[in-house]
Amino acid sequence: MTTSPVRPPESRPAPAAPTWPDATGHFGVFGGRFVPEALIAALDELTEAYEAMKVDPAFLEEFAALQRDYTGRPSPITEVSRFAEHCGGARVLLKREDLNHTGSHKINNVLGQALLTKRIGKSRVIAETGAGQHGVATATAAALMGLSCTVYMGEEDTRRQALNVARMRLLGAEVIPVTTGSRTLKDAINEAFRDWVTNVETTNYVFGTVAGPHPFPAMVRDFQRVIGDEARAQLLEREGRLPDAVLACVGGGSNAIGIFTAFVPDEGVRLVGLEAAGDGVETGRHAATITGGSPGVLHGARSYLLQDDNGQTIESHSISAGLDYPGVGPEHSYLHDIGRAEYRPVTDAEAMEAFALLCRTEGIIPAIESAHALAGAMRLGREVGPDALLLVNLSGRGDKDVETASTWFGLGDREEVDPGPGLDTDQQPTEGAVSNDEAVAGQDAGEQA
Amino acid sequence: MSALQQRISAARAEGRAALIAYLPVGYPDVDASIAAMVAAVEGGADVVEIGVPYSDPGMDGPVIQEAVDVAVRAGVGMRDVLRAAEAVAAAGAVPVVMSYWNPVERYGVDRFAADLAAAGGAGAITPDLIPDEAGAWIAASDAAGLDRVFLVAPSSTPARLRSTVAASRGFVYAASTMGVTGTRATVGDAAESLVARTRQAIADVGTDLPVCVGLGVSDGEQAAEVAGFADGVIVGSAYVRTLLEGRGPDGVRGLSEDLARGVRQRAGAPA
Repeated sequence: MTTSPVRPPESRPAPAAPTWPDATGHFGVFGGRFVPEALIAALDELTEAYEAMKVDPAFLEEFAALQRDYTGRPSPITEVSRFAEHCGGARVLLKREDLNHTGSHKINNVLGQALLTKRIGKSRVIAETGAGQHGVATATAAALMGLSCTVYMGEEDTRRQALNVARMRLLGAEVIPVTTGSRTLKDAINEAFRDWVTNVETTNYVFGTVAGPHPFPAMVRDFQRVIGDEARAQLLEREGRLPDAVLACVGGGSNAIGIFTAFVPDEGVRLVGLEAAGDGVETGRHAATITGGSPGVLHGARSYLLQDDNGQTIESHSISAGLDYPGVGPEHSYLHDIGRAEYRPVTDAEAMEAFALLCRTEGIIPAIESAHALAGAMRLGREVGPDALLLVNLSGRGDKDVETASTWFGLGDREEVDPGPGLDTDQQPTEGAVSNDEAVAGQDAGEQA
Repeated sequence: MSALQQRISAARAEGRAALIAYLPVGYPDVDASIAAMVAAVEGGADVVEIGVPYSDPGMDGPVIQEAVDVAVRAGVGMRDVLRAAEAVAAAGAVPVVMSYWNPVERYGVDRFAADLAAAGGAGAITPDLIPDEAGAWIAASDAAGLDRVFLVAPSSTPARLRSTVAASRGFVYAASTMGVTGTRATVGDAAESLVARTRQAIADVGTDLPVCVGLGVSDGEQAAEVAGFADGVIVGSAYVRTLLEGRGPDGVRGLSEDLARGVRQRAGAPA
C-alpha cells in the first residue's frame, strides 16, 4: 500500500487545470465531434459562449452563489466507520453529493448549462436522462430560470424510475418516453439529438454527462470538478493528507470526472472508476464499457463502447438505470489508456450488497449507482489493508431506488425481513437489521422532506 | 472525374437533375433489399445510396429507423453491403455507400475502402463524419480512388461550406432542412438558398462539384421543384416507406419512375 506523506495543506499546490482536451476537443485519440454538420454551428456557438463565460467574473459570481444558496455547497465529507468495518480496515470518507438539492451531483452541471442557455439567448432546454437524476436536475434549473424543458427518457427507465418521472412533471417539464431501440438511456440520447438538430434555433441541449461531442465532455467536467476541488481541500483540512484512493461509479462518468479532476496531478492518489458489471462481464449482460468494450464512435465522440463485430452498439444491462449505458466519456478512455485511472467492474449483486450495508450501518440510503463505488471501496479496502484512506463519491441518494431495492431484497410483503443476498456475506453487520416496516417508513419520510 | 460526378454531370448535360435513391441493406432482408435497389435503378435512378444499417442512426427519422432496426437485428454487415454494391453496379447505376461512421471504423477504414472499390462502389456518404475528423478516411479514399461525400446544412457558415466542399469528391450533399430524414409536405426555401451558398463556396475553392439535395423529397412534384435548382435529387424515406408498406420491388420501381419524370421537368413549381 502506498500512503501519502502527511504534509500541511499550505504546502500542497492548488489543483491544476487539466491540459486536455486540445482545442478541437480531443483527449489523445478520444473525443472530438462525430455529429451531422447541421449541429456544428450550435456546438461552435456553445464552445465560444462557454469559453467566454468561464472567465467572466459576473458569471462566476452568479454560479458560485447558486451553488452555495440553492444547491447547498459545499457538500460535506462524512466518515463512515461502521461501514468501513467491512472494508478491510481501511478508513472510508464519503463526499456527500447525495445531500445536494435534487439529490445528486447532476445539479452542479445543470446550473452551469442553464446559465449558458440564457447567455446564448435560447428559451428551451432539452435533456436525456437514464435514472432520472439529470432530468430532475434539468427540470429544476429550467423552473428556476424560466426555461421551457423537455426530457427524453427510455420507456424502460420511466418504469424503473417512476418517482423521478413524477418529479420532473411536477417541476413543469415535459417527459417523453422513448420507445426506439433498447428503450434506455442510449436511445433517449438519440432522440434528444434528433430534437436538437430540428429545433436548434430556440433550443439548447443540456447534456448530462462527460460524453457527447465537444464541448460537452470538457464543459461538463469543468462544472463537475467542484466535487473534487472541495473534497481535496476538505481532506487536507481535516486529515492533513490526501487520500490513497478516490473511488466513483462510472456510467457516462460525470461524477467520477468531477471528483477525479482535482486529484489527477497527485500521482500518489489512485483513481478508481467502478463500472456496472450487471450479471457479470463474462455473461455479456453488463454495462462495463472500459472493462468489456473497445474503442469506437458513439453519440458524437470516440471512446470505449460496447459493440459487436459490425460496429452496432450492444445493449447494456445494469440494475442501475444511471449506469445502464454502453458508452463512456472520452476523458475516461484517455485516463485509462494513459494509466492514470483504473476501471473495475462491480456486479449488480456486489452493488446491492454495498447498498444494503450502507443503509444498515450508517443510516444513509445511497443511489444504486453510487453503491457501485461503495462496493469498489469494500474490495479495494480489503486489498490495500488497514490505515488506507479511501474517498468515495456518494453521487446520489437512493430515494428513487426504493422500489428496485425492495424487489431485490424481497421486502415487498410485511413479513419479517429477509436479510437478502446483500447481507449474506462472511461479515454480517454488527447491529441487527432494521425491520421492514421501519425501512419503508424511513423512505416515505425521506422523500417528503 | 469520378464515376459519380460523371454520372451526375451526364444528367446535367441532358438538361435534367440526377435521381439518387437511398435504400438500406437488409430490409426486409438482404436479398429483397438488393432486389429493391435493382428495381429503383430500372425505374430510373442514376445513383443508389446503399445504406449501412446502424443501431444509433441519429440523423434518421422514424421511417428509416424502423427499417434499419430490422436489418441491425438480423446481423446485416459490411459483407452484405458490398454484395449490394456489386448488384447496383451490374444493374447500371453508380453505387455509393451511406454509412454512419462506427460501422466503417469497426470494419477497418483502409479495408473498407479497398473492399468497396473492389466491389465497384464509387465512394461513401458519411452523415456523422465531418472533414475535421476524417483524416483516416480522406487518406484511405484517396488511396482507393473513392469519392467522399460530406454534408452541408442550412446552419453551415461560409467558412465551413468552403472547408467541406474542399474535402468533398463526387458531389456535395446539401441537407435541405434542419432536421432528420423523413418525407415533408414542402422542401422549403432553405434548400434553394443552401444550394446557392454551396455553389458559391465551390466557386471560391475552384472546383466544379455537383450539389445534390436530400431530406424531405417524396414525389415527382417535389423532385421537379428541387431539380429546378440542384444537380441531383436524393430520395430516401419515400423509398423505404414503399417497402414498409409491403409494396416491394414493383412499388419501388413505380416510385423511381415518378421521381425520374420529376427530375426531367425541372419545373420549379412549388405547391
